[in-house]
Amino acid sequence: MNKSDYNPNELLICIASRLMEDNATCFIGTGIPMLAAALAQKMHAPNLISIFEFGGIGAQLEKLPLAVGDMRTFNKGLMAAGICDIMEAGQCGFVDYGFLGGAQIDIYGNLNSTVIGDDHDNPKVRLPGSGGGNDVGSTCWKTIIIMQHGVRRFIPKIDFITTPGYLSGPGAREEAGLPPNTGPYRVVTNLGTLGFDENSKRMKLLALNPGITVEEVIENTGFELIIPDKIDNNPAPSMPELKILREDVDKDRFYI
Amino acid sequence: MKVISSGIGELIQPPDLNAFREWNHTQKSKSLIDKRMTESEAISKFLQDGQYIGIELYGTVRAPMSLTREIIRQGYKNLSCAGQGVYESELLAAANAIKKLDWTYIGFEVYGLSNSARRAVESGYVEKVVEWSNAALSWRFKAAAMGVPFLPTRVMLGTDTYKFSAAKVVECPFTGDKLCLLPALILDVGFIHVHRADKYGNCQIDGISGFSAEMARASKRLIISAEEIVDEELIRSQPDRTIIPYYLVDAVVEAPFGSHPGEMTGLYERDEEHIRNYAKDSKDIEQTRQYLDQWIYDVKNHNEYLELVGEQRLSEIRIGGNRE
Repeated sequence: MNKSDYNPNELLICIASRLMEDNATCFIGTGIPMLAAALAQKMHAPNLISIFEFGGIGAQLEKLPLAVGDMRTFNKGLMAAGICDIMEAGQCGFVDYGFLGGAQIDIYGNLNSTVIGDDHDNPKVRLPGSGGGNDVGSTCWKTIIIMQHGVRRFIPKIDFITTPGYLSGPGAREEAGLPPNTGPYRVVTNLGTLGFDENSKRMKLLALNPGITVEEVIENTGFELIIPDKIDNNPAPSMPELKILREDVDKDRFYI
Repeated sequence: MKVISSGIGELIQPPDLNAFREWNHTQKSKSLIDKRMTESEAISKFLQDGQYIGIELYGTVRAPMSLTREIIRQGYKNLSCAGQGVYESELLAAANAIKKLDWTYIGFEVYGLSNSARRAVESGYVEKVVEWSNAALSWRFKAAAMGVPFLPTRVMLGTDTYKFSAAKVVECPFTGDKLCLLPALILDVGFIHVHRADKYGNCQIDGISGFSAEMARASKRLIISAEEIVDEELIRSQPDRTIIPYYLVDAVVEAPFGSHPGEMTGLYERDEEHIRNYAKDSKDIEQTRQYLDQWIYDVKNHNEYLELVGEQRLSEIRIGGNRE
């Protein structure tokens, strides 16, 4: 499809959706992750197990949830539990993926969703706070972050580490006491898909969205990205993806 | 146990587990007595200015909104609050009811930031904000519910969320790992909305249970609002469904559509138009004030509030009702 045939949100949803594996357990947050999970269940991952922090496990996402605790988060679900059950399952290692957003991100995938400004007690902007973000980023095996790309969001030093990425670099999560072999896995943006270098834990470019150049990604990133020799191209949203997204997942056009 | 570091946030409500035991022994009746009262009676009887409160679940989902509106109507101004909230925290902030917050999330979900909470913090009206994660606040209630002063966990470690909390990092005496210790949180007054309760306060909830079980057990006073007050026989016919036993409860208030404009599993959907309009109005301080006047200060009680919403709107959101 041509770039003009879909909008930026549709692209983000489709690319995030393709990262969701069948038979995997996924923490789902508000917004784009909900749409991506619903799309994945209807495309390639009918047994994607959605996990919502206030207690919904294994819902069939027929109607789009508007809140992480609403009744659609356990529609035809496997269990309607409580927040402690969910967070304890994460802490015990049962949750494969966590999908998160944030206002700011740094080179190690640390996220800020708490305050803008360098004085916590007198913030320039008070943001919503951690919510379940810190818990997801601390305990699930692989965190996938979904954000708009830009130099004011991808910055060398974020104002507040709400949710842990690789903290100050290799070994820092383990040193802090976080469970081993966890951390950010992918960053999905309107420009492309990024990952983290195995040794340095620094962010690197993995794939470009249709029509986007490496230079555009570099220009929109406030720190030095690792640019490997081989970079993939993310396929544009397919007709079946868009059809399901528009006619089924978000037919009221709440997000797209 | 070796303490490695301490968060710099204030421990707003230091836990005293022996005092809590004593309280539960001497101040909580174990008799099956009728605890039904109006929201006005319940709140004026059990809530004092300056106390620490908690509200479950959150503003658009099974929240005790009729009780929240009554707290505002009665003009409390110096409360401390466990901030896991959407609409209810936003309204309390709009009414300048909160001075200190243990904060995990206050926002408006798909509609973005909580404008009033934002104004209250950025202006300095809220004097103290201490950071936590969602799991952390729930586990703090769980610790109190277990009757222990803290729980060791593996969240918040290494972050500023920890640094600006009142948690501590310790070395585990068994494994040597670093753990984040969360202090128990005992509320002066807790507020929970449920599907059904009997007159004694035995409560049942349909759908997800959020943090109701833990918070109910962590509250020195607990005010329940219920969609329906049911006969004791109904509770006794399905006791496995009871999540809050009567001895935790101090007041039972009947409140059909008590979560409006939020939803109630199986009974009614969220009133999207009401929420969307408020999210828009709350950007402006004067319009926020007008909202508080119209929907809280100028109505006497929850019944008048429901009259203002109107039977037509209520039937539209009722599940299995007249919705097209």
